[in-house]
Amino acid sequence: MADPAPSGTFLRLEGITKTYGAARALDGVTLEVARGEMTAVIGRSGAGKSTLLTVINRLIDPDAGRMTCEGRDILALRGRALRDWRRRCAMVFQRFNLVSRLPVLTNVMTGRLAMRPLIPSLLGLFTDEDRAAAIEALVALDMGPHALKRADELSGGQQQRVAIARALVQEPQIVLADEPVASLDPRNAEAVMEALARINRDRGITVLINLHSVALARAYCRRSVAMSAGRIVYDGPTEGLTPPVLERIYGTADLDAIEDAA
Amino acid sequence: MTSVEQVQAAWAAQRRVRLGQTALIAVALVVAVLISADLGEVDLVRLWERSDRLGNYFGRMVPRLAWETLAEDLARWYRRGDRWLRELGVTILIAIYATLFGMVLAVLGAFVAARPLAPAAWACWAMRRTFEFARTVPELVFAVLFVFSFGIGPLAGVLAIALHSMGALGKLFSEVAENADPEPIRGVRATGASWPQVMRYGALPQVAPAFLSYGLLRFEINVRAASVLGFVGAGGIGQELYTAIKSFAYTDISAIALMLIVSVTVIDVVSERLRHRLIGAASLRAAA
Repeated sequence: MADPAPSGTFLRLEGITKTYGAARALDGVTLEVARGEMTAVIGRSGAGKSTLLTVINRLIDPDAGRMTCEGRDILALRGRALRDWRRRCAMVFQRFNLVSRLPVLTNVMTGRLAMRPLIPSLLGLFTDEDRAAAIEALVALDMGPHALKRADELSGGQQQRVAIARALVQEPQIVLADEPVASLDPRNAEAVMEALARINRDRGITVLINLHSVALARAYCRRSVAMSAGRIVYDGPTEGLTPPVLERIYGTADLDAIEDAA
Repeated sequence: MTSVEQVQAAWAAQRRVRLGQTALIAVALVVAVLISADLGEVDLVRLWERSDRLGNYFGRMVPRLAWETLAEDLARWYRRGDRWLRELGVTILIAIYATLFGMVLAVLGAFVAARPLAPAAWACWAMRRTFEFARTVPELVFAVLFVFSFGIGPLAGVLAIALHSMGALGKLFSEVAENADPEPIRGVRATGASWPQVMRYGALPQVAPAFLSYGLLRFEINVRAASVLGFVGAGGIGQELYTAIKSFAYTDISAIALMLIVSVTVIDVVSERLRHRLIGAASLRAAA
């Protein structure tokens, strides 16, 4: 397991660019993420935060730029090596992205698919070890009693914790959370943020988290990266997000207006 | 500002044009039907004069049943009932196996043929053309081919219907799969699962109820298809029906036809109930 204290560069992005037609979703993004860090990515919706995370997971490929993980070229990975990279950088989505008709336990075990041989996994066979890992992850997130329910029987906050459990059984080195609490009420949002903070603190997993809320970034992340129009416009301690800096990012320093706009 | 009169006048003008167009199309249609009837040797006079023959044919098919000797008459009507029942069973088995095989092939191919899910554009194209070919060729043509290659019997029937079902179901299944929610599929893909795993866990659970429902509907169709495949030697009750028609055994024809009608009706009713339960359950969950 990685050192829980931030130490050394884990992930390095250089000049990552991604365009959709005429729109530049990412415009020369250069970013370093240290091992064991919990970093917030903030900015208006449409600033390129989601694209950034999906590029890191390689669900989409950038048009230009370099990306290395501990010196290894991530953009060159293909086939099995690419799938193993996706397993190592687990994603948590705003809309949870669970398979609603499958039981919670099976949803969590899909986090193990990259480690399993093809034929048994297609027949729905998981090992006792997989099941144990999934149950352990669910219990750690207080979701044990819901393990046998169907995913769509749960509330949004519960589904998001199931999604985090799915991420955990992937045994990831980094968790990429894309607006994980944007669809949740404040109480559930806090439970989910706590869960993410805990896996960062206790398991030393690096967390990169997109947030629309500056308040949440202040409460949970020491470092913040701010994006605007596909560029990184601030990168430093979260306390450094002073009204003038926020004004530059959002065009206003009024926190309520920022939350409403997101 | 247009006045009421102007709008009225515009409406009347438009209506005159529309009426003219409609009349023109109607005349063209009638002329076309008359020409095609002449080319197709459709003779209404002959149709009318000889319509009694059809009545005659049906008349001869009615068995002689008297109330006093009902049991004996029925026994005579269905004197070969054992054999027909066995062949009817074979027909239904042909339909079951063919539907199952066709469904398995269609499920495997449907995800390849679904545009947003396909692993590669060329594979999607090739699978779509395969499905098209399989459903364009009628079962009877496949059956003749397979009887010729594998010999007379139910195996040829199963293969023929399975192939056609694969094409028909594959088209429907891939359309259903194209409408699957992409979010859970992305969720599974992000874990590092391979393409078959993503389809199995991200897509299949979403589309399974619709697949089963379409499969049952296809089973109803396949029972009817299987009952005529015997005409070309591909097994089942069709062979008996064909023999009866060829040897002018009129009451045998009605006996077999009645068995077919009853069994197809029962299967249709049962399968419709099952399908509605499947669809109902799926839509209830979607609403929840």
